Amino acid sequence: MSQAEDIESVDEGGVIESVSGPVVTAADLDARMNDVVYVGDEGLMGEVIEIEGNLTTIQVYEETSGVAPGEPVQNTGEPLSVDLGPGMLNAIYDGVQRPLDELEEKMGSAFLDRGVDAPGIDFEREWEFTPSVAEGEIVEPGDVIGKVPETASITHKVMVPPTYEGGEITSIETGEFTVEEVIAELDSGEEITMHQEWPVRRARPSDEKETPTEPLVSGQRILDGLFPIAKGGTAAIPGPFGSGKTVTQHQLAKWADADIVVYVGCGERGNEMTEVIEDFPELEDPKTGKPLMSRTCLIANTSNMPVAARESCIYTGITIAEYFRDMGYDVALMADSTSRWAEAMREISSRLEEMPGEEGYPAYLAARLSEFYERAGKFQLINGDEGSISVIGAVSPPGGDFSEPVTQNTLRIVKTFWALDADLAERRHFPSINWNESYSLYRQQLDPWFRENVADDWPERRQWGVDVLDEEGELQEIVQLVGKDALPEDQQLTLEVARYLREAWLQQNAFHDVDTYCDPEKTYRMLGAIKTFNDEAFEALEAGVPVEEIQDVDAAPRLNRMGVADDWNEFIDELESDLKEQIRALY
Amino acid sequence: MKEYQTITEISGPLVFAEVDEPVGYDEMVEIETPQGETLRGQVLESSDGLVSIQVFEGTGGIDRNASVRFLGETMKMPVTEDLLGRVLDGSGNPIDGGPEIVPEDRVDIVGEAINPYSREYPEEFIQTGVSAIDGMNTLVRGQKLPIFSGSGLPHNELALQIARQASVPEEEEGDDDEEGSEFAVIFGAMGITQEEANEFMQDFERTGALERSVVFMNLADDPAVERQVTPRLVLTTAEYLAFEKGYHVLVILTDITNYCEALREIGAAREEVPGRRGYPGYMYTDLAQLYERAGRIEGKEGSVTQIPILTMPGDDDTHPIPDLTGYITEGQIVMDRDLNSQGIEPPVNVLPSLSRLMDDGIGEGLTREDHGDVSDQMYAAYAEGEDLRDLVNIVGREALSERDNKFLDFADRFETEFVQQGYDTNRSIEETLDLGWDLLSMLPKEALNRIDEDLIEKYYREEEAETAEVEA
Repeated sequence: MSQAEDIESVDEGGVIESVSGPVVTAADLDARMNDVVYVGDEGLMGEVIEIEGNLTTIQVYEETSGVAPGEPVQNTGEPLSVDLGPGMLNAIYDGVQRPLDELEEKMGSAFLDRGVDAPGIDFEREWEFTPSVAEGEIVEPGDVIGKVPETASITHKVMVPPTYEGGEITSIETGEFTVEEVIAELDSGEEITMHQEWPVRRARPSDEKETPTEPLVSGQRILDGLFPIAKGGTAAIPGPFGSGKTVTQHQLAKWADADIVVYVGCGERGNEMTEVIEDFPELEDPKTGKPLMSRTCLIANTSNMPVAARESCIYTGITIAEYFRDMGYDVALMADSTSRWAEAMREISSRLEEMPGEEGYPAYLAARLSEFYERAGKFQLINGDEGSISVIGAVSPPGGDFSEPVTQNTLRIVKTFWALDADLAERRHFPSINWNESYSLYRQQLDPWFRENVADDWPERRQWGVDVLDEEGELQEIVQLVGKDALPEDQQLTLEVARYLREAWLQQNAFHDVDTYCDPEKTYRMLGAIKTFNDEAFEALEAGVPVEEIQDVDAAPRLNRMGVADDWNEFIDELESDLKEQIRALY
Repeated sequence: MKEYQTITEISGPLVFAEVDEPVGYDEMVEIETPQGETLRGQVLESSDGLVSIQVFEGTGGIDRNASVRFLGETMKMPVTEDLLGRVLDGSGNPIDGGPEIVPEDRVDIVGEAINPYSREYPEEFIQTGVSAIDGMNTLVRGQKLPIFSGSGLPHNELALQIARQASVPEEEEGDDDEEGSEFAVIFGAMGITQEEANEFMQDFERTGALERSVVFMNLADDPAVERQVTPRLVLTTAEYLAFEKGYHVLVILTDITNYCEALREIGAAREEVPGRRGYPGYMYTDLAQLYERAGRIEGKEGSVTQIPILTMPGDDDTHPIPDLTGYITEGQIVMDRDLNSQGIEPPVNVLPSLSRLMDDGIGEGLTREDHGDVSDQMYAAYAEGEDLRDLVNIVGREALSERDNKFLDFADRFETEFVQQGYDTNRSIEETLDLGWDLLSMLPKEALNRIDEDLIEKYYREEEAETAEVEA
């Protein structure tokens, strides 16, 4: 049941037996697992999570203060579903797809009251529908029958719902319609509207999953350069608090070259969500120049909102993502943070007095996590088109200890791992992604794309950078013992080059207008400039120039300014020639 | 109101009673002991025929003949502007001998979540007058910024200093409404000792701050269960003053560790499945329900800024209490035992400290154009100096390069001149940033890779650099 419908056809009413926080048990309720029910006199929304004899256990998505045994429970007979249709972009929802702006209006208060419902999409608004098929054509489930210009940058495609049989179109309309008006009829008697409903806990159908070969370009040097994620790939960002998980997620939501971004704020800070709501409409998509918000759907369940809705917000998000995937779009879903989701599961599980697994998490934690991440991928759609969902999940391990169950179970599934590091964060090295611990298993399959679209020697140049950083890691251990000056000159020079790699290339200022987004081409050229310095410097060293003199050439510190340079191509050209000239002048 | 004499079980802070009418979850309960004493409690679990009640004052004196009354409503806080200047106990009853409180409204203490859509993003700089905070970890209106401390560290002094000095500079200049820039301070003590409480009270009285403060006192020997209620009363009052009466409210909660201990105690009494280190699995949600009650609301005058204080058991920031707190709050100010023993006042270690809302609250028009860059650079330079200290212990200073020695000097001066200021010094943001440039100018210009070149041109002190050169 989606919130769109009213509670009319309710006859299987039950009675509350007991209340303990978000968990309510009811007697005499005729319900199936996962049915949505309305609890108590105020009609609080809940979901059936256990049935035992005559007793039904319900998790309630709202505060239960004051709810008493004896109050009624009404079943809607339908599982938790989302409303799908035009109007989801540019929207901000809570964990059960209630639009927060509408809730504010309905409640007349800045505080979230309970027992108020609002449909996920606007049922009054009229959209301009243009058919793309004609009467007499045969359509199958999933086929696109027409288009609606939804936002400045996204065209909403109206599809035959996947549950339909399909058939010949007997009539199709053109013009302005609300989402509930019939816009096409089939000879099978089925009527198509712009509105679909889908139960959140079930994946929308697709054909085969394919191997992703295209990167999700993020404009972040360390990600694109060293640890790329594919369109249709999965990534995890674990890190202790203060290490920059949320900033990284925000950066991806802003700059990743996906068509649609679904951002799920799961159990995080209210102010952070507000930041997104305030910032995104003002930011421009680097590709289209349109406001970023017009491709974004936000789902916000802040840490103080009811815990059961936190459990469901991840599913709400992925279902919306799948709907856009079905239109053939590349969707990126950011979940911040999956640990809060896991904790919500744990909280509900412990109230159910289930036998706990590791660290009190329910035994089905691993299964739920993999079920979720498996909904990502590059898909052959049922209408023959292609679409993808990339999932990037933040993980908040307690104490920054990656051996805890959520991180470990996540790592078994995802193919990209961006390990955030508290030490780097402390010295304000941002993004504080540790280059030794992180990995991307997509590198190989994405290399051809980078070769073709950026530079032919992309993988080789990247490998050079990785090698220098590796060598630095080993040298640093010695430096810790004997000091830098005790090293031979060539090793001192390697350290200097590695320093530029870290400070000028890996570090990136998310708050700087220019540096916040780095084109892959620029990423490549910046690395090239450091390599130029490296090559020239080593030649000079071989010619007998002391290492201090090489380090002190005037042009070298300008390497640190490459990131913020607006006209980077000229800047790097000039810098490279200055470096060559000045270093060669030393011998 | 029905009275029951049906208690079946008493265990720790919990009482179980049979009922024949439905009782609401979270409802308030009064229990009258045979000695005539009235205790208050709250319904923890309500099922048909049986309720479990958590008693705030402890279950001492209750026997199976005690009578139980259900008040039919959840706990409310009587609120009014007249609360300013009052001292209350941990359950909200006046203990200052003043008149009865005549409430303007009675508000449910379990606050509802602020709709993120209705929030206003906090970006108004608060000048605390403490360089380590203003310069490096700026506090803004509507932020929640805890102090991570340890037993025996001077976190109370720092909290008091912030409470005394906090102001919003722009409004001071606008002088027509001078009081407007002052904060109303709401102080919530949870399980602190009488002595600590006196320290706070004396300071409030000495500085005259009491008249714009509301004080809630749950002391170490007050019942632990009451600690669960105290912060909610504090925040309900804060929200009322901020969003109904337009005050800018600064909430100081001390000590969150005691609050969490109480949470664990109750969890254990209810025989719940424990999470990490015996703390209940819902502690994250529970703490979030406190911390998230900070912020600004669009279209409302006031704001709630929170400075919770917690003492980290064993100075371990991976302990569940600081850990979960850090995941909810917008940064943290970390006190350091080594700095404290060196006599640095306040002993704030800026490296693990963080203010997440800093970037939007500083810069041109807000504080000063160079603020962001200066702070970044000082972080990096201090971190580098700190690293070198380890090395110096092994190889000695002579073995280090000239550049390294400058960073070492920088780290020393950063601690003894920038962080060190004493609890009575109130530095303006300009003074703080100028002091920062004094120190940064010790370093060669090329080493300032985080600062925009124009700003270096404008603020870098050549003389300082030369003196540093000579000394080296």
